[in-house]
Amino acid sequence: MNKLNIIVCVKQVPGTNEVKMNKETNTIIREGVEAIINPFDTYALEEGLRIKDKTSGKVTVMSMGIPTVADLLKETIALGADETVLLSDRAFAGADTLATSYALSMGIKKLGSYDLIICGKQATDGDTAQVGPSLAEKLKIPHSTYIRKIEEIREGYIRCQRMTEDGYEVIEMSLPAVITVVKEINEPRLPSIKGMMRAKKANVTVWTADDINADKNLCGLRGSPTQVVKTFVPVHEVQSEMLEGTPQEQAKSLVDKMINMQFKTCK
Amino acid sequence: MEYFLTEEQLMIKELAAKIADEKIAPVALQYDEEGKFPHDIMKIIADSDLCGVYIEEKYGGLGGGILEMSLVVEELSRACGGISLAFAGTGLGTFPIILFGNEEQKAKYLPDIASGKKLAAFGLTEANAGSDAAGVQTTAQLDGDEYVLNGTKQWITNGGEAEIYTVIACTNRSKGARGFSAFIVEKDTPGFTFGKKENKMGIRASCTRELVFDNCRIPKKNLLAKEGMGFIVAMKTLDRTRPGVAAQALGIAQGAFDAALKYSRERVQFGQTISSFQAIQHMLADMAIQIEASRCLVYQTCRHIDSGAKNISRESAMAKVMASDTAMKVTTDAVQILGGYGYMKEYPVEKMMRDAKITQIYEGTNQIQRNVIALELIKELSSKK
Ligand SMILES: Cc1cc2nc3c(=O)[nH]c(=O)nc-3n(C[C@H](O)[C@H](O)[C@H](O)COP(=O)(O)OP(=O)(O)OC[C@H]3O[C@@H](n4cnc5c(N)ncnc54)[C@H](O)[C@@H]3O)c2cc1C
Repeated sequence: MNKLNIIVCVKQVPGTNEVKMNKETNTIIREGVEAIINPFDTYALEEGLRIKDKTSGKVTVMSMGIPTVADLLKETIALGADETVLLSDRAFAGADTLATSYALSMGIKKLGSYDLIICGKQATDGDTAQVGPSLAEKLKIPHSTYIRKIEEIREGYIRCQRMTEDGYEVIEMSLPAVITVVKEINEPRLPSIKGMMRAKKANVTVWTADDINADKNLCGLRGSPTQVVKTFVPVHEVQSEMLEGTPQEQAKSLVDKMINMQFKTCK
Repeated sequence: MEYFLTEEQLMIKELAAKIADEKIAPVALQYDEEGKFPHDIMKIIADSDLCGVYIEEKYGGLGGGILEMSLVVEELSRACGGISLAFAGTGLGTFPIILFGNEEQKAKYLPDIASGKKLAAFGLTEANAGSDAAGVQTTAQLDGDEYVLNGTKQWITNGGEAEIYTVIACTNRSKGARGFSAFIVEKDTPGFTFGKKENKMGIRASCTRELVFDNCRIPKKNLLAKEGMGFIVAMKTLDRTRPGVAAQALGIAQGAFDAALKYSRERVQFGQTISSFQAIQHMLADMAIQIEASRCLVYQTCRHIDSGAKNISRESAMAKVMASDTAMKVTTDAVQILGGYGYMKEYPVEKMMRDAKITQIYEGTNQIQRNVIALELIKELSSKK
């Protein structure tokens, strides 16, 4: 089998389930919260590593973020990633999903040839699920989201299962392409001691906006048309009541209740 | 407490802890109930490179010693003292090769153990040779280029699951213990089968089984050291691996203590958490004191051994006695702190109390260890006269 070049995109997110928002600026409070790799991206990395194990290819991990993200990228080396690239520049600050995917696409173009880009289905902080597909559009390559299994992959071809609400569909694409994966796809491995030692010595490549020839008007806050007006968790207030008795009794009390609630019977 | 572990030792401890918390703790009770051998967890441990921590780098290991081995055993045992024994029992079966193997034997066997591809076991005990190891009756007779083994070993950890066995057998009956020799026997050698699998009180995920040798022929080159050195091979091996049992005990004690402390902050009786009762506080304090004292002795003993010291029997016996008596006491008290819930299988301390008991028994009972310590003390005093 031909060696495949895999790129995995990862994002740093706050390491708690409860993301706290600054109500005035509508941005995420990142201070004092442990930083982790977006959990969905760990499945993306694992899938990349499995393809590497099978095809003796190469896995490059890329992230856009603040300089300390380099430490998280080193963790991916401990797991088996071959190379890591951090896109870090003041110009990238305040990026929405559009500006983020633009920067990533420019970084990937600089990397050169690749067969598959894998992203997590979404990030646990913003939950937009937009960067993967948007990145594919920028690179003008096909993409598929919510992948739960790769059935076959070889040079120029991938067949995978895309999760839907009531099952899955089988997708065939030509490579290079982008996929975003769900957690059902695999169980991420733990690091190895030799990997951890390699990680300690490893260097994370850092590229600025200039390094990747990015147009600064398309980067960061300047390149971000999204304006967050308000963030809130929608309230689902469903009150339910269990009706008891025989089916006849239940039907009767249901009808009574509907009449009480002033549902009109159809004439 | 700061134990001045090296960066690499901290890495090893951290990774073993991660495996314990994420992969072992959630399934420990299930393995205990089913008495199933933890092959899938051994695979995770192997993939993490931890199987080779105590094996030289030139054989694919990480080049550490007893301390590295003990750090792994301690952390894994926090989650399950039975599962950790698949790792520790392999150490016991491997040290005869590390200490007494020739270059050819080391090159043949150590790489597969370091990579975790193969497990090892150590066969000394027999029905009539327990504390009195000199009672071994299994024989090995030289016949041309082969030794022919006959006899039955009992209660061998990793029996049937390991690929590599180091076995003590008698090559010259008239010489007693001086007539013992040590051999490497591979699984699937004709004439080598496995007998009864034991149904145990604790460490139920560990497999304890008979090794049956019936005219089992092994190549002459599988002799470790020289003929007549078998007893020394066994004793020197056990001196080095006993801190491993101590580490197992330490881990079990730590696991029980953690569970008891957490529970004491959650359980409310008489309108307050039970941790506010002084009786519980003092129990927790005593548990913590004993655990920390054991850890100091275990780590320091490991360092003493790894430094290449010659006289290690006394220290190694002390570490084993101290940590295993602590484990029994701490796990019993942990059950007490959890009250009736502690007696139920829904909470982990019930199993930990069962698992702790073995550490006072195997690799030399604590009575035998005290004999060893006392004998060394007396010897030391007489040598000064
Ligand atoms: C689960 C399990 C796993 C084991 N794994 C292995 C293994 O992998 N390889 C292996 O070779 N063996 C193994 N063993 C054997 C173990 O090492 C022995 O059980 C142990 O050495 C004690 O021997 P015994 O059980 O025959 O007890 P005994 O020697 O019969 O002792 C019975 C009691 O008498 C006491 N006693 C005996 N002699 C003296 C004395 N001189 N002074 C004071 N008290 C004394 C003992 O302390 C004990 O309390 C295992 C045992 C168990 C239970």
